[in-house]
Amino acid sequence: MGKVVLKLADDISTDVIYPGRFMATVLPTETPQYAFADLTEFNAALRGNQIAPGSIIVGGHNFGCGSSREQAVSTLKGHQLTIVARGFARIFLQNGINLGLRTVVCPDVEASEGDELEITELEIINKSSGKRFSVIPLPSARQAIIDAGGLIPYTRKLLIERTGRAF
Amino acid sequence: MGMTVAEKILARASCRNVVKAGDVVEPKVDLAMSHENAALVINQFLEIYQGTNLQPKIWNPSRVSIIFDHRVPAESPKTATNQKKVREFVLSQGIGKFHDIRGDVGGICHQILPENGYVRPGSVVVGTDSHTTSHGALGAFAFGIGATEMASVWALGTALNIEVPATIKVVVKGTFKKFVGPKDLILHLIGRLTAQGANFKAIEFHGPAIRLMRTSGRLVICNMSVEAGATAGIIPADKETVRYLRSEAGVKGRIDLVTPDRDAVYDQVIEISVSKLEPQIACPHTVDNVKPIKDVAGTRINQVVIGSCTNGRLDDLAVAASILKGKKIADHVRMLVFPASGRIYSQALAKGYLGTLMSSGAVVMNPGCGPCLGIHEGALGDGETALSTTNRNFKGRMGNPNSQVFLSSPAVAAASALKGYIAHPRKGAK
Repeated sequence: MGKVVLKLADDISTDVIYPGRFMATVLPTETPQYAFADLTEFNAALRGNQIAPGSIIVGGHNFGCGSSREQAVSTLKGHQLTIVARGFARIFLQNGINLGLRTVVCPDVEASEGDELEITELEIINKSSGKRFSVIPLPSARQAIIDAGGLIPYTRKLLIERTGRAF
Repeated sequence: MGMTVAEKILARASCRNVVKAGDVVEPKVDLAMSHENAALVINQFLEIYQGTNLQPKIWNPSRVSIIFDHRVPAESPKTATNQKKVREFVLSQGIGKFHDIRGDVGGICHQILPENGYVRPGSVVVGTDSHTTSHGALGAFAFGIGATEMASVWALGTALNIEVPATIKVVVKGTFKKFVGPKDLILHLIGRLTAQGANFKAIEFHGPAIRLMRTSGRLVICNMSVEAGATAGIIPADKETVRYLRSEAGVKGRIDLVTPDRDAVYDQVIEISVSKLEPQIACPHTVDNVKPIKDVAGTRINQVVIGSCTNGRLDDLAVAASILKGKKIADHVRMLVFPASGRIYSQALAKGYLGTLMSSGAVVMNPGCGPCLGIHEGALGDGETALSTTNRNFKGRMGNPNSQVFLSSPAVAAASALKGYIAHPRKGAK
């Protein structure tokens, strides 16, 4: 169960999530301070630890479009946010899977800021409105990366297996 | 059942005879490109090896390219230190295709790869930059990835769990009017498809207008395919591709052209005639908010930018110089010009284009991404408006969320700089 702390429109770009002027900051330990830097109130709430881990951002279609910058994912992951959207842009979705940011594709989701959502593998239950919305499961190829704990452990495992084979 | 270009390239790279849209493959990577964000890739790459007893070693350093372009010269000690770390890593791993901040061989990654012949038809190219789609202009399958995914490529030499995309076929017919060209075509297409219309798909470009287009224009088309969400934009390689690779990129070896099968299966087919197309403008704050120029002509502008991985090539500078020759830009306009590479800078200098642009009042900057992504040059003031030949106009893109950016071709940008407002480059045209 998580609370919707931010509701956004369609086509939210990675420039909005993590403005370009902070791109010299790359480490996942340092990027969280700049999440939604130009939404100054929300950014201040995040930095002031007023947003509980597990809180939810609800986006529209094409969430995370634009630049491939991975900071846009690590900055949200750092605050342990869950992103529910009607749809995601490809690179953002893949980066989210690779780094372990929880992303949920829910084409018909209806929720307002303040609503409480329960997210299961199959559906989202909006506890505030009582409505239920189907979730589109991730393709199995992507699920395998999540199950491994992200792309780094997934690659590490393959690397060890393949290096062993080479010798 | 036949294959599209994307399917053919991914089949070959995955050692399969046939793949089709939706299959999951692990293609071998022919070229892996990063820019300053290599600093993060290195961090993730080293983490992969933690606890393995293996020495961190790039699978094939000759297939890795690193190019500094986003913040050149460095705008801050932080960037300078990141660039220093990357240089040290490049040396320690023996990375071959490294382009530092230099006036001769430096420039923007999406110009450096083609002009050095690093990309070949049929290649699989990955880059930690969304505009890696550019390289489809040479008949490659080229797509943007994140830094962690690149770290995985550096370790394994393959891209993991890649879904073969369905392909949208776009057939372009007709002849462009004067001062209308590739940028107007791709903006028009993005307006039609919307910013998400090609999400998770490839776009394959065909038709006589594409066949007649030079590689410089094809790079514009494929560069901006990602603005419709496309995984890749691809122009099947042809005689022009071979001409470019031989005469402009100095490629000597064998060049294999990959063309789609006659019975390839497409997700959809879109036909466009460019004969009546007028200049197109992407209006704030999304790239798919595209209007014909007559709808926004007269909009007052404060800054004009000509350059970037989209429109910083020699023919872009040539058309701008032809429009500005002997004239002065409006008093209230700042015009910034960013050639896409050192080579292009030198060529434009030799041909007199840069001198012409400077005499008209433009500031010619060093090659690099410049103000496109709002990092360190050419920021906009509160309430100001830019007209730019770059590829994105998202809110805050040029460093200030209280400003707005319109996107256009170089011809429109130059003509508008003269007037001080968005203006059609053809006399008397609306």
